[in-house]
Amino acid sequence: MKKNIFPSIISQLILLVFVIVWILPTFGLFISSLRDKDLLANSGWWTSLITNEINEIYRTGKQESQFQQDNFYQIKGNFFNNVEGKKISSFGVTSKSINEYFVGEKAILKNGSEIIVFENGDYIWKSKEPFTNKNGKRIFITATSPPKFTLENYKEVLFKEGVGQAFINTLTVAIPSTLIPLIICSFFAYALSWMKFFGRDTLLAIIIASLVVPLQMSLIPLLSIYNDIGALFNIGAKSYPGVWMAHTGFGLASTTFLLRNFIKSLPHEMIEAARVDGANHYNIFTRIILPLSIPAFASIFILQFLWVWNDLLVGLVFLDQVPSEIILTAKLRELLGSRGENWEILTTGAFVSMTVPLAIFFLLQRYFIRGLVAGSVKG
Amino acid sequence: MIIFNLFFYVFAGILACVFYYHTANYLLDFFTKNSSKKIYNDSSIRAIIFIAPALVVLIIFIIYPVFETVRLSFFDKYGRDFVGINNYLWAFNDPEFRRCILNNLGWLLIVPTLSTFFGLVIANLADRIWWGTIAKSIIFMPMAISFVGAGVIWKFVYDYRGPGDEQIGLLNAIIVSFGLEPQAWITIPIWNNLFLMAIMIWIQTGLAMVIFSAALRSIPKEMLEAARIDGASEFKIFTSIIIPYLEQTILVIWTIITILVLKIFDIILAMTNGQWQTEVLANLMYDWMFRGGGDSGRGSVMAIIIMIGVIPIMAWNIHRHREEQKV
Repeated sequence: MKKNIFPSIISQLILLVFVIVWILPTFGLFISSLRDKDLLANSGWWTSLITNEINEIYRTGKQESQFQQDNFYQIKGNFFNNVEGKKISSFGVTSKSINEYFVGEKAILKNGSEIIVFENGDYIWKSKEPFTNKNGKRIFITATSPPKFTLENYKEVLFKEGVGQAFINTLTVAIPSTLIPLIICSFFAYALSWMKFFGRDTLLAIIIASLVVPLQMSLIPLLSIYNDIGALFNIGAKSYPGVWMAHTGFGLASTTFLLRNFIKSLPHEMIEAARVDGANHYNIFTRIILPLSIPAFASIFILQFLWVWNDLLVGLVFLDQVPSEIILTAKLRELLGSRGENWEILTTGAFVSMTVPLAIFFLLQRYFIRGLVAGSVKG
Repeated sequence: MIIFNLFFYVFAGILACVFYYHTANYLLDFFTKNSSKKIYNDSSIRAIIFIAPALVVLIIFIIYPVFETVRLSFFDKYGRDFVGINNYLWAFNDPEFRRCILNNLGWLLIVPTLSTFFGLVIANLADRIWWGTIAKSIIFMPMAISFVGAGVIWKFVYDYRGPGDEQIGLLNAIIVSFGLEPQAWITIPIWNNLFLMAIMIWIQTGLAMVIFSAALRSIPKEMLEAARIDGASEFKIFTSIIIPYLEQTILVIWTIITILVLKIFDIILAMTNGQWQTEVLANLMYDWMFRGGGDSGRGSVMAIIIMIGVIPIMAWNIHRHREEQKV
């Protein structure tokens, strides 16, 4: 379709609304994961993006901290305990007029003493007479606090909550669960495309039927097989090899189907020429088909990898929910139950679980989309 | 140490695969080297070597379990005694199960429809706007993340604080800024289902959009230009040319999302675990796999109900494939 430099305003507005609705939730999660946990629990994430004006009440030092200098009794200090960031714009000494004075201005109190507050929170309170008040003077300040972000949540979530370990576990599940089906299915797809054997068409029909068989149909029988095998060898029923095989089984139909579509589309003259020259199917497969299939492999690898990475059900059923085996999605679900109100942990944990998919998405979007489109339009 | 284990596992798994194919083929070559028959080139033994691993996995993980699940649905909770259709009778008299059926039907009606519709509209708009590529990228992004991750993202959007407190959930903050009462969105029965469906629509619209985008490019430009020259409005072109042309694609997307929705599990488990009348089949099944030590009969019934929803799509897929093979 022709790209118009000046499309109708309405089209642009509608699309803009979609984009905003689609990006805001994720953006909010990301910003929240970078916020201080107390602030996160008490204010919306959108407030952290702008410099906020806040009104606060502080007390000066008590009479014990006074000292004498230049004929004045003085109390000195900093309201913010020298924490960087906040800037005072005005202050007041009574609750009726909380921004009576600008920073640096001298406020004269009723008893004749004078107080100066500076932008960074420093104050000096001077008096000719010794101070006798017990609690320090109340000072009302108006300050601006700039956006402030921290990586503290990430440190806590990765190392204290066990999300770092879950990240490694997920990798341990995902890489073999992607590569094993890719290897097995490429041979299978080749055989389905170019070898003649009894029952080939039936097998293809079974593959196409299996494409849509819900995972749920396999769970109960498989779980009992796994338990039997575990009991037979007196080992735990749930293990990494077990979950790889499960993912291989559940990804087999789609991987085979996509690869078959690709391999079938290669020019058959090429394969026949090689066979006339005396090459056997194994040589044809490894020397001709494999190198030509790299782009298709990339797409299918990404699809299967993301599927495994994002899976929850298989990880819950075929792995023990212990720190050495729990995967990210299961960990996140556990945190939703146990730390439901700790948004700093949930948002950060969720973002950690999204890093790999998002990296793949932004770096390899072309292959990802190609795989998805091949799997649907052709299918 | 952990990293070392990871590499070891990955390496061992892949090595085992490569070793099998290479050795099997090498042995076949070795034993047939001196045979002058045609067996060398067209060996059915080699076909067996090629398909055996995949076929074994397919039988163990898909074919056998499907029949076993059907069998178990007629047996008691331990899979020992035959109970006829008692599990099915129990299911249709169970209020929780009936609630699931209703909820799943709601999901099936709303999610595929809205995802497909939004996808089509966005694909159509984005192709005509100079920043359309960026827009498509943003709308597609939720496809990459997990349902649980999306659950956390939206749970944060729906977060609820009492009327006096400052709202940290985006939706309630917007509601409050209009002077309305904040709501605990995911605990309001019936309506909360819509808020959960919104998450799925948010994810699947990207899929629909990408596929439509590819399909839109296949519409002949001459046809669209001819319509424009004849004075057809953009809306008329959309309804009279684009939609009929994309009929097949719309059906394909519809079926893909329908299958996903039938199996919807992660979002429910993460957001409500079926409370406040949001239970769906897949989550109830997961529950029954472990509830009271596990009930394989009842769990199997639920799997079969999901399967029954899929069968028409399965038949259509096979039919379509046969048609393609004929051409």
